[in-house]
Amino acid sequence: MDTLAEASKATRSFGAFTAVSAADLAVGRGEVAGLLGANGAGKTTLIRLLLGLLRPTGGTVRLFGSPPSIATRRRVGYVPQTLGLYTGLTVAENWSFTAAAFGTTGAPVPDSISAWKNELVAGLPLGAQRQVAFAVALSHRPELLVLDEPTSGVGPLGSARLWEEIRQAVSLGAGVLVTTHNMEEAEQCDRLVVMAAGKVVAAGTTAGIIGDRKAAEIHCDDTGRAFAVLDANGFAVQMQGKALRIAGTATAAAGLLSRAGIDATIETVPANLEEAFVAIARNPEAA
Amino acid sequence: MRWGLEDVGVSRGRKVALAGVTVPVDPSRITVVVGGDGAGKSTCLQVLAGLLEPDAGTAHRPAKERIGYVPATAGLYADLTVQENLDFTADAYRLSGGERDRKAGQILEQTGLGGARGRLGGQLSGGMQRKLAVGLALLHSPELLILDEPTTGVDPVSRADLWRLVSRAAVDGAAITVTTTYVNEAARAACVVLLEAGKVAASGSPEDILHSVPGVLGTVRGAERPTPLSWRRGASWRVWAPAGRLPDGVQPVPPDFEDAVVAAALASELGR
Repeated sequence: MDTLAEASKATRSFGAFTAVSAADLAVGRGEVAGLLGANGAGKTTLIRLLLGLLRPTGGTVRLFGSPPSIATRRRVGYVPQTLGLYTGLTVAENWSFTAAAFGTTGAPVPDSISAWKNELVAGLPLGAQRQVAFAVALSHRPELLVLDEPTSGVGPLGSARLWEEIRQAVSLGAGVLVTTHNMEEAEQCDRLVVMAAGKVVAAGTTAGIIGDRKAAEIHCDDTGRAFAVLDANGFAVQMQGKALRIAGTATAAAGLLSRAGIDATIETVPANLEEAFVAIARNPEAA
Repeated sequence: MRWGLEDVGVSRGRKVALAGVTVPVDPSRITVVVGGDGAGKSTCLQVLAGLLEPDAGTAHRPAKERIGYVPATAGLYADLTVQENLDFTADAYRLSGGERDRKAGQILEQTGLGGARGRLGGQLSGGMQRKLAVGLALLHSPELLILDEPTTGVDPVSRADLWRLVSRAAVDGAAITVTTTYVNEAARAACVVLLEAGKVAASGSPEDILHSVPGVLGTVRGAERPTPLSWRRGASWRVWAPAGRLPDGVQPVPPDFEDAVVAAALASELGR
């Protein structure tokens, strides 16, 4: 794999607080890597290390084979969650400003956003603003694309369209690093890295992260009582349509419900990525 | 349906914000309204909460003091502590005595905010703020709970806590409607309404929506978009053939809920 960005045992402390601790992460050409973690897990600090916006206090970070610098920054496209557009400028003005900053002036505004060319960014719906931010970030043909919550606030169809553009950039050879709280989005990635308390605690494909974790689906007439019994016994119970769902196998729940005299059908099913993630984030030592 | 919207239309100047929208909301059930920015989700909830008069159709809702409503951007007082937020809300709903203490204690326990009673609302993390806002809306045990994007931008751990809180209110008998942009959250609901550009693109139980996709769905790899009715799923494409014939080389796959939602949104867009 042609590695574009790599953190090896990267550490960053702020005084006595260690935000990132000995983290390993690599993003290669032609792949989408997803970075998952609860708030405060260290994702943003790790990305800032990779982009060269922060220096590591331990370990190494390499971008295109060298330490991050102004020269490597030219080869990176970054879309922060706040999009990074100038909302008081038009779409065309944002386009030409970015082109000038990267020294790539002359390219016309692409078709995907030309309909809004003369509109102020502030007046566009969020989905359109996201498309503009993408187009602008891709304008200098970056080799590495870093996207923070790329489809936050965007509906199912809008997300599918943004992912089409991400994959388009990948098929042209770019590598992509995505951070997300959205597990559907995480499943769009080729590979996932999970952080908790500043450390990388799991890495692999969606199936690899889930591993053999299970969930139990509970069907019964008295959902309310079943919920109360499981809830009182510390299970993080969730509604799932008219059924209930808990992490773990059916056995523990079956015993509790039968002792409470509740007649229920319980099925053990594979956990989904969200359940696996929550389990890892709540107990990172066990991962 | 007990509560909810029936054939509601809302216009803002010449712009149609909602057209013929029905959202059933029933006791002990969670209805999820899913859609993107600008689809009309917040407008639906404002009509349901009685904050906006519809131009057409009917909103069925209990008396105002039996509703709990959390808007997308607020729902708590940033300059008050957690305890002061609880006290103020309890005063506003004239809760008193044992019931007041019992509910406030229960909400502190369920939101995990017991250790943060003295912290200002505005200094809590995003996830804790959303939990407090939902907790405050539950303080007076509303019959109808209306939550506008409670989980947007919230990390999955806090999101699981929020859904536990909402699920508990549902099993306690509240009728609940929640808006979201996350399709997997819609899959938890008893009833899902998919909104696209102010219109209902699909509605029913997750199973109903899953089985409502006409034609066949397939998968294929490649750089180029195979047909106009295609979308990305990871490194592959999903190819939808509503008339039932997939192009050569495309492997049929059974649609999942996410596919069904995208297909319905696409069909709704094509119909406009």
